[in-house]
Amino acid sequence: MKTFKSIFTAALIVGAAAMATAPANAAGEVENPSRQSWSFAGPFGKFDRAQLQRGFQVYREVCAACHTLNRVAFRNLSERGGPEFSDSQIKALAAEYRIKDFDDKGEPIEREGRAADRFPRQFVNADAAAAVHGVAPPDLSVIAKARGYSRGFPLFILDALPGMAYQEHGVDYLAALLMGYTNPDDLNWNRYFPGHAIKMAKPLSADQVAYTDGTPTTEAQYAKDVSAFLFWAAEPKMEERKRTGLNVMLFLLVFAGLMYFTKKKIWADVH
Amino acid sequence: MSGHSTYVPQSAIGRWFESRLPILGLMHGSFVSYPTPRNLNYMWTFGAMLSFMLVAQIVTGIALAMHYTPHVDFAFASVEHIMRDVNWGWFMRYAHANGASMFFIAVYMHMFRGLYYGSYKAPREVLWILGVIIFLLMMATAFMGYVLPWGQMSFWGATVITNLFSAIPLVGEAITTWLWGGFSVDNPTLNRFFSLHYLLPFMLVGIVILHVWALHVAGQNNPAGVEVKNVQRDTVPFTPYATAKDGFALVVFLIFFAWFIFYVPNYLGHADNYIDANPLVTPAHIVPEWYFLPFYAILRAIPSKLGGVIAMFGSIAVLAFLPWLDTSKVKSASFRPVYKVFFWVFVLVAIGLGYLGAMPAEGGYVIAARILTAYYFGFFLLIMPLLGMFETPKAVPATIADAVLAKHGNVVMNPAE
Ligand code: HEC
Ligand code: HEM
Repeated sequence: MKTFKSIFTAALIVGAAAMATAPANAAGEVENPSRQSWSFAGPFGKFDRAQLQRGFQVYREVCAACHTLNRVAFRNLSERGGPEFSDSQIKALAAEYRIKDFDDKGEPIEREGRAADRFPRQFVNADAAAAVHGVAPPDLSVIAKARGYSRGFPLFILDALPGMAYQEHGVDYLAALLMGYTNPDDLNWNRYFPGHAIKMAKPLSADQVAYTDGTPTTEAQYAKDVSAFLFWAAEPKMEERKRTGLNVMLFLLVFAGLMYFTKKKIWADVH
Repeated sequence: MSGHSTYVPQSAIGRWFESRLPILGLMHGSFVSYPTPRNLNYMWTFGAMLSFMLVAQIVTGIALAMHYTPHVDFAFASVEHIMRDVNWGWFMRYAHANGASMFFIAVYMHMFRGLYYGSYKAPREVLWILGVIIFLLMMATAFMGYVLPWGQMSFWGATVITNLFSAIPLVGEAITTWLWGGFSVDNPTLNRFFSLHYLLPFMLVGIVILHVWALHVAGQNNPAGVEVKNVQRDTVPFTPYATAKDGFALVVFLIFFAWFIFYVPNYLGHADNYIDANPLVTPAHIVPEWYFLPFYAILRAIPSKLGGVIAMFGSIAVLAFLPWLDTSKVKSASFRPVYKVFFWVFVLVAIGLGYLGAMPAEGGYVIAARILTAYYFGFFLLIMPLLGMFETPKAVPATIADAVLAKHGNVVMNPAE
């Protein structure tokens, strides 16, 4: 009790000091993205296969013109916990690409793609890409983890807590960015891009990609689908991770219970 | 205190071996018969968690090193390779990255425990100083580890911190160039950081052994802050008592740890570190890992670069002098009503500095950081020496058994002795 009283007194003193020096917060330059509801959020979250497949289609038909996906191999698209295309679909897909390689005499050749290949690069290096686009379009393999924003104190603390955990800042930013071209007179103005002037002109518009499963072909739908796909590309082991986590947690909870009663029994004769 | 030499192995082979190398007796004396004060609370279980984390970091680290490439062109890619293509690679990496944070959470609890109960006072000065050395080595190890994935924060964090050495008059620039192995943070820097990041944890193991040795010579402090007077009345044997309690606490700690690994693995990291290092693009805000933030705030609170560097290193060095800065006769804050308040203010100040370390160094933030920095040093250099002279402590129990008696109403004799 005494301890709580001292903590309380201490908190009062520091609180008062903090008030006195409260920093004038720089007015928010860019607004925070709005929060989407993703099937893969939360401890039990799983990807929506159909969404990942649609998202891949958008990537391939739109974004791939400028952006690489260097760390993803064709075979990954058929692995468990991802879009889960069939092996034959992946073989056919890979075969559509020409891959630079060397033959057994060391001569450079171009051959048909295989499942183990990665998406070929459009440019030899970033400088070549920048020469065409003004700025090199970033590789999208981990972009969903390479972007984020802070919800500020105290919300950022809640983001870590069971039941409230929020780990989708990056993918929410991607969706917001792709839907953020709200100035019809300027296709390089983006509501969510830091500084607003973005070198990527509005990439998506309605009915641009033909979905085959009846999903609405709106800009917002494309934006969400491709963002979900990019989240998977950044965290391809997410389902395995969360599944393992559940088993680990159940084991540890039971173990903790047993340890608690063991400790109680052992200490029973001490006081 | 150390209950060695009475141990006789049960098997003939054991006895044969023991008479040639008494290592079983050493283990028995240290982790079985070793007498622990019977009034220890759960704040005394963080030592076990620290030992666990040290081993866990070494094990996951060695597995990662088998797949990692310390080269500026391949480091980032090799980490992504671990995350995607290596069996259980994602687990090893997330366990190692979050493990560093768990290590620091445990060490901060452990140190605040010492600060509250006066564990640094005689006869535990050497034990405490070894602890401060452990803390320094941990910081060095964690800092170099964070550079290895070679993301934007790795590169720029390394640049900012190594640049601090250039503040040293006359030789600063030369030292910085020598540390880098060139004229900026580059491939030689990455290579030496990898080499040292592999080495330092084993040096830590060495210091931890000394730390535990010193602990077993001086004996543990306890919430009452009075020394053991009668081993039978005041203590219980380490096994099964401390083993069971540490074991339970460790499993609870593992639940906490597992939550981070499996459900919020990137929460404690920074998004910019998923961008390949680029010496030509400076991130908007360069922030170190959370466990360095209070010290980073102190660094930036001082207007001169050299002054900031001195204050930052001073804020850690001052800990080593605590045994002589604290003039109080009474160890435990439980019996020091005034110290207790200053202590909790100090805890909040440390957290406040951590918050400020993550904010941009401008306007009100800098003023706040200066006030908190003043309290940080004032706590050690003014409050601690003066309080010991002016504070009137409450009555301290004569023995540990008396303290337990006051709390639980009865004391059973040490059943194993
Ligand atoms: C015409 C080429 C082009 C196309 C098509 C394109 N992008 Fe971009 N993208 C760029 C360029 C150039 C940049 C760099 C913009 C900058 O930094 O100003 C960029 C930047 C980005 C960024 C990073 C923004 C940031 O926060 O730095 C993301 C994310 C992105 N693009 C996603 C996509 C997605 C998803 C698609 C497909 C729907 C797509 N892009 C289609 C050229 C393109
Ligand atoms: C790798 C890091 C460390 C490990 C593995 C470690 C391990 C331990 C262990 C196992 C104990 C005994 C159990 C306990 O009392 O909790 C202990 C005690 C102690 N440690 Fe550490 N320690 C570490 C870091 C530190 C640091 C950084 C400090 C302080 C600067 C410190 C100060 C102490 C003190 C003073 C004691 C005696 C505590 C008492 O009985 O009151 N330790 N340590």
